[in-house]
Amino acid sequence: MAKRKTQRLYFVLLGGLAVATGIALVLTAFEDSIVFFYSPSEISHQELSPGQRVRIGGLVEAGSVSSAGDTVSFIVTDTAETLDVTYRGILPDLFREGQGIVAEGYLLASGVFQASDVLAKHDETYMPPEVAEAIKAAGEWRGDDT
Amino acid sequence: MHAFANPTRFLKLAAAIQPWAAGLCILCFAIGIPMALVFSPPDYQQGDTVRIMYVHVPSAWMGLFAYGVMAAGSASYLIWRHAVANMIAKASAPIGAMFTALCLLTGMLWGEPMWGTPWVWDARLTSMLVLFFLYLGYMALGDAFDSPEQGDKAAAILALVGSVNLPIIKFSVDWWNSLHQPSIFSMAGVSVDTAMLAPLFLMVGAFQFYYVVVVFMRVRAQVLAAKVRAARLKRAT
Repeated sequence: MAKRKTQRLYFVLLGGLAVATGIALVLTAFEDSIVFFYSPSEISHQELSPGQRVRIGGLVEAGSVSSAGDTVSFIVTDTAETLDVTYRGILPDLFREGQGIVAEGYLLASGVFQASDVLAKHDETYMPPEVAEAIKAAGEWRGDDT
Repeated sequence: MHAFANPTRFLKLAAAIQPWAAGLCILCFAIGIPMALVFSPPDYQQGDTVRIMYVHVPSAWMGLFAYGVMAAGSASYLIWRHAVANMIAKASAPIGAMFTALCLLTGMLWGEPMWGTPWVWDARLTSMLVLFFLYLGYMALGDAFDSPEQGDKAAAILALVGSVNLPIIKFSVDWWNSLHQPSIFSMAGVSVDTAMLAPLFLMVGAFQFYYVVVVFMRVRAQVLAAKVRAARLKRAT
């Protein structure tokens, strides 16, 4: 009886190991499809066909946002490389300079990224406005400029 | 552990714990809900939308926790034929499914104003949706056989196979870049202000005690249903 239990224990452990290995291999193989967006540095290494839709993500560079009519253009940076983005439409509430965003669209021949959707990315920092003010006043602010 | 393989002994223990768990659940809700919805400060960026977090994060945690219990119970049923462990696993499934659904719904409500979209197919959101389907599959598979024992075994195997999803959900925001924000707990510490962390933990506590109360209720119902079935069989023969 005890022998059968040990057998079943090993069977479950081996089965679990096999499933985990299989899933790990699949996830590694599909890594490119699972990432939600590319950073500006990664996009320059991607071989994209003209008009191919991709998502890019990074921080909106401070002072780079300009709008003409309903077209907004801004620079997305990952602090190493930058990408010029143009977009026509309504931006989400959290879109600010220094804020993380994800944009979906395609690269124009000029190297400018034409976005059709812009999403705001929220980070994991949560604090009351007074605390944010106090940190800024103390000059310890490491986040975005708001 | 094996002492509690006896349902009667387990129910005795459950009956002793249950009133305490129920009391703590009500206490945590009574302090947690007003704190979360009224007295905690708004966020510097999200404003009052941050209050969705006090339901979203505890539901997400409970979705994962209930699945962990379900997988552990299934393993001990498959290996040691621990009957009560299987009952706990079966009792956890609908509770976990409900919390996972609540997590997905509150996430969408938050995503619409904050991200600009209720849903994206990034790694975190997709793996959480898979968790919801695993719960549904577990419940459906358990009932899909003529003999209850066969159904229990098939469902237990599904629960174990599906448990690889738990680390994927947890680390999805670290392994791949995603729209969903990373965990508030990191090596650098907690990135949530104390004034918001207190109601968050109270809500986690309330959900956790709620789970304990309901799991014990459901296990008792299963034990009683088995007794009724046995009595009927006896009378029929």
